[in-house]
Amino acid sequence: MKKTLFDKVWDAHVVDAIDNGPQILYIDKHLIHEVTSPQAFNELKDRDIPIFRPNQIVATADHNTPTQNQHLPVRDDLSRHQLEQLAINCKANNITLYELGHKYNGIVHVMAPELGVTQPGMTMVCGDSHTSTHGAFGTIAFGIGTSQVAQVFASQCLLLTKPKSLRVTVNGTLKKGVLPKDVILYIISKLGTNSGTGYFCEYAGDVFENMSMEGRMTVCNMSIEMGARGGMIAPDQTTFEYIKGREFAPKGKEFEKKVAYWKTLPTDDGASFDKEYIFDAEDIDPMITYGTNPGMGIKISGAIPNSKNESDKKSLAYMNFSAGETLLGKPINYVFIGSCTNSRIEDFRVAANYIKGKRKADNVTAWLVPGSRQVETQIIEEGLKDVFEAAGFELRQPGCSACLAMNDDKIPQGEYCVSTSNRNFEGRQGQGSRTILASPLVAAATAVEGAIIDVSKQFS
Amino acid sequence: MEKFSTLISTAVPLDISNVDTDQIIPARFLKATDKKGFGDNLFRDWRYNKQGDLIEDFALNKSKYSGSILVAGDNFGCGSSREHAAWALAGYGLKVIISSFFADIFKGNALNNGLLPIQVSAEVLQQLFEAIKHNPVVEFKIDLEAQTLSVLQTTIKTHFDIDPYKKTCLINGYDDIDYLLSKKNKIEAFELQKSNSL
Repeated sequence: MKKTLFDKVWDAHVVDAIDNGPQILYIDKHLIHEVTSPQAFNELKDRDIPIFRPNQIVATADHNTPTQNQHLPVRDDLSRHQLEQLAINCKANNITLYELGHKYNGIVHVMAPELGVTQPGMTMVCGDSHTSTHGAFGTIAFGIGTSQVAQVFASQCLLLTKPKSLRVTVNGTLKKGVLPKDVILYIISKLGTNSGTGYFCEYAGDVFENMSMEGRMTVCNMSIEMGARGGMIAPDQTTFEYIKGREFAPKGKEFEKKVAYWKTLPTDDGASFDKEYIFDAEDIDPMITYGTNPGMGIKISGAIPNSKNESDKKSLAYMNFSAGETLLGKPINYVFIGSCTNSRIEDFRVAANYIKGKRKADNVTAWLVPGSRQVETQIIEEGLKDVFEAAGFELRQPGCSACLAMNDDKIPQGEYCVSTSNRNFEGRQGQGSRTILASPLVAAATAVEGAIIDVSKQFS
Repeated sequence: MEKFSTLISTAVPLDISNVDTDQIIPARFLKATDKKGFGDNLFRDWRYNKQGDLIEDFALNKSKYSGSILVAGDNFGCGSSREHAAWALAGYGLKVIISSFFADIFKGNALNNGLLPIQVSAEVLQQLFEAIKHNPVVEFKIDLEAQTLSVLQTTIKTHFDIDPYKKTCLINGYDDIDYLLSKKNKIEAFELQKSNSL
């Protein structure tokens, strides 16, 4: 039988099945962080159940960490307590933790691929919906709730019903100034925020084949924003080259053996999907969102569509936008480049390349937050930090930061923020904040201009 | 986990679609390391303004509505995987959420906390909203064993689907950990076979 990439990886991890019910899926790697793990540790402790496979768990501190003065004790009591609890739990259970300040610390979905923890053909989970990021490697990776974190702690398995399959194909050549972020925002704007619910999505076609691993991660990262539990891209030479030589990547003969296996994973010709969508790369422009869910996106020069839907109207009222208007020229006081969607070295290269020789607009507060310590180091080594500082930008220390504003990096009430993160929900970046999602290029251009401008014009 | 069999209660209407977990429980309340107290901050920024005053207009604040059932718009629980959303809803006293569509992760989290997500057609959902509008103290009856939802003193009665395994778990108060631990031998055998094949 012809199999999809997803089928091949899933079927290789089924331990057993309940008649007329879910399957037991084996999990190769379990990533944890401070926010969604403490209650799971408590659950096991209360029930006197040991952690089954501590060496298959990797922990980092990222959601609730400051992005300044990380060498000092965390000021907020609750945050500090949560971070301390993670350290205590990891130590007590022999789990590797890259805590604040460690050279491998970073956002869970940036540091794990960077260290070679993420590999094709694996199953990976984390108590975070953007775990879909790791699917860029041809990995089944998805977010789970804390009860499921406890289940994986106890058994290295989950009880799951196999999702349906969906394929999104984008063929052709992307226009200049159109980045992976624009591709995924375009797809979500076309398909809506719940089109993928119950599905695992495979991204196929030239556009993804020609994308870097960083770009593929940006795309897979936002699969959850159309409801899909995960997104996947077939592993290829780009994937193998990215993994080779990384800290926890297989080495020497072992690596060759793995590559031979990874090459068998791509979807068989003629395999069928439950749902398929096909788009043309030429139709995609730089994108921007205008509402309070990631599906409310338009091309940057476009007009906000009319909608009779009450929820859409509520959304526009929250954003203080009107149907029919364009966002070009809209003054913006906050810009955030960071998050598990866009905080990898490539994102900062794009931003620096645009910013070089220009200056940040005076009205703009711009936070550049690298995804990991390694990205931060690379930014410094490549001289990008000098470019940013010369232009008046502030480079902060790694973490999730203003993407969800659990720490002090909050956008004030009523202010707009052009953000490279993944969610424009009401208050996501701080109470009353208004988020406009965009690529790192659009974010950089906004910061320089102090307003939204049509970046595509700069390339024509 | 608490057992669930039947429930008769009035319901609160939340006629908004795409209610995301950031609204259900904003990120700034995720700093706790236990499961208690999240109910106080359920829909915090919709229930209270920045000064901490009650927003009268919000469904949960209207005195005419009460009960342990929430009837919500399409695609309820989208966004973040935070199980804190399920803890907040349960902590507030809700036992059932009815919608025409649930986000995947939220649905699983709800079931793992004895909070029953009931998916109905868009048409039935509208009928439920109308029924509450017509009579805010109208009672809903949920029978998990029979998988039926009815609105008392009306003709509204509908069947709902639930995974048979999850249904057994809810009725008996079991959780997945119990089941997975009973399969330890199979899991270890799988690991052995996997390490030999690579």
